[in-house]
Amino acid sequence: MSHFSPTAAVSYFFNYFLMKGVLVTIGLTVAAVVGGLILGMGIALLRMSSNPVLAGAARFYIWFFRGTPLLIQLVVIYSGLPQLGIKFSVITCALVGLILNEAAYLAEIVRSGFMAVSAGQREAAWALSLSPWVTFRRVTLPQAFRLMIPPLGNSINSLLKATSLASVISVEELMRRSDMLMQEHFQILEVYAAATAYYLILTSVWDAVQRRLEKHFGRSSAAKTRRLAASAPVAQASVEARA
Amino acid sequence: MNETSMTTAECATAQPQFREVPAVRMEAVYKHYGDFTALDQIDLKVAKGEKIVVCGPSGSGKSTLIRCINHIEKHDEGLIYVNGVELDHQRKNIDAVRRDTGMVFQSFNLFPHMTVLENCTLAPMTANGMSEAEAKDLAMHFLTKVRIPDQAEKFPGQLSGGQQQRVAIARALCMRPKIMLFDEPTSALDPEMVKEVLETMKKLAEEGMTMLCVTHEMGFAREVADRIVFMNEGKVVEQAAPEEFFKHPKSERARTFLDQIIH
Repeated sequence: MSHFSPTAAVSYFFNYFLMKGVLVTIGLTVAAVVGGLILGMGIALLRMSSNPVLAGAARFYIWFFRGTPLLIQLVVIYSGLPQLGIKFSVITCALVGLILNEAAYLAEIVRSGFMAVSAGQREAAWALSLSPWVTFRRVTLPQAFRLMIPPLGNSINSLLKATSLASVISVEELMRRSDMLMQEHFQILEVYAAATAYYLILTSVWDAVQRRLEKHFGRSSAAKTRRLAASAPVAQASVEARA
Repeated sequence: MNETSMTTAECATAQPQFREVPAVRMEAVYKHYGDFTALDQIDLKVAKGEKIVVCGPSGSGKSTLIRCINHIEKHDEGLIYVNGVELDHQRKNIDAVRRDTGMVFQSFNLFPHMTVLENCTLAPMTANGMSEAEAKDLAMHFLTKVRIPDQAEKFPGQLSGGQQQRVAIARALCMRPKIMLFDEPTSALDPEMVKEVLETMKKLAEEGMTMLCVTHEMGFAREVADRIVFMNEGKVVEQAAPEEFFKHPKSERARTFLDQIIH
């Protein structure tokens, strides 16, 4: 048995059971990004609020979820909360855990993006009597978003891989289904080669999407974009700390 | 909100009868930043069509003064009326005042992610409900006026400082303001670009626009201003016609200031 069978690896790659796991991984990632962005946006707004209680609550949230492992958070939600009579389905547990965790990281990315937009931009919008909504939607958000893309891309990349932790609470995503195949056939390297290929494909596709986003939102003045982007790596560093 | 702007618009068309309503009236205005008094009992009246140059040493409160007129800064005490509308921190009054005033900033503050044309059409379309075609016509009209219609599709970062500032002037004019506020519009420019911006401002002055300019350009002040307002330590120290101010400054502080900036 001291050999590696490429044909077996290829057959695992095209294994229908594993492919469905890939779909679950994609679904978890997309849902966690969307949910995390919405929640993270709200937390970022609270964090930037002038009310010390709201800002403090947001700061506590971020401190808590970035300061504890996602694995513990998932296990507590899945096995711990039922002890208090709170019970969710497996997939809900995974989503709640991933969203709560991701929101903490995204909140900091969103906040750093907004803080990097100069006060002069808002003042110009006020002076033109733009409404607060138009100011946010057309002036500050697009500029903040452009600055958020690189750290956001990083965060989503690590989230995609972090969904594998949901296997521990028995969500049948890519990792879990690889485990199941492996336990059935004992072709460890072959199964994980297929899984690895899928993770690489997914992260590469996301890289390509991110590059297009950067290109699209960076279409304005090259010089200025570069200067502003220099302030983004702060958030990027904090994301990398999780991985 | 619309009601207020309607009535001020009516005031403007019926200008002769309303001569007594000044464009700007400030009464005992104070502004503090912590312990620092940025504006110290400011009383100032600006008539319609008048061109005021505000000058003074740095930190004297010039910028704060004009930034209070469109409520970019909130004044702490006193009364400010703009075309008869009191700036009392009420949303609808602030909005009415901002519709009447255009502002040009030292650092241009163009929206870097929008083209020159989009910079100019955003406010007319979203705040005035203008159609895209109308807004574009209007923007091109003012871009032509500041002599850069050919740059309309470029992004601000692709333009020189002088061009950017002229776009900023056009952008403000697209809201058809009755008063223009200039906060050191040429201070961030390379020397060779100062002239083109000042020429644009002169043209605007000739057309009868009410203008308040914070500037160190004394040549411009001499040529264009009806009145110079000299500030020091948050106070208006003296006001006079340019000729009188430059030849016979009354205060010691103004004399030393002029000695320092006029070589």
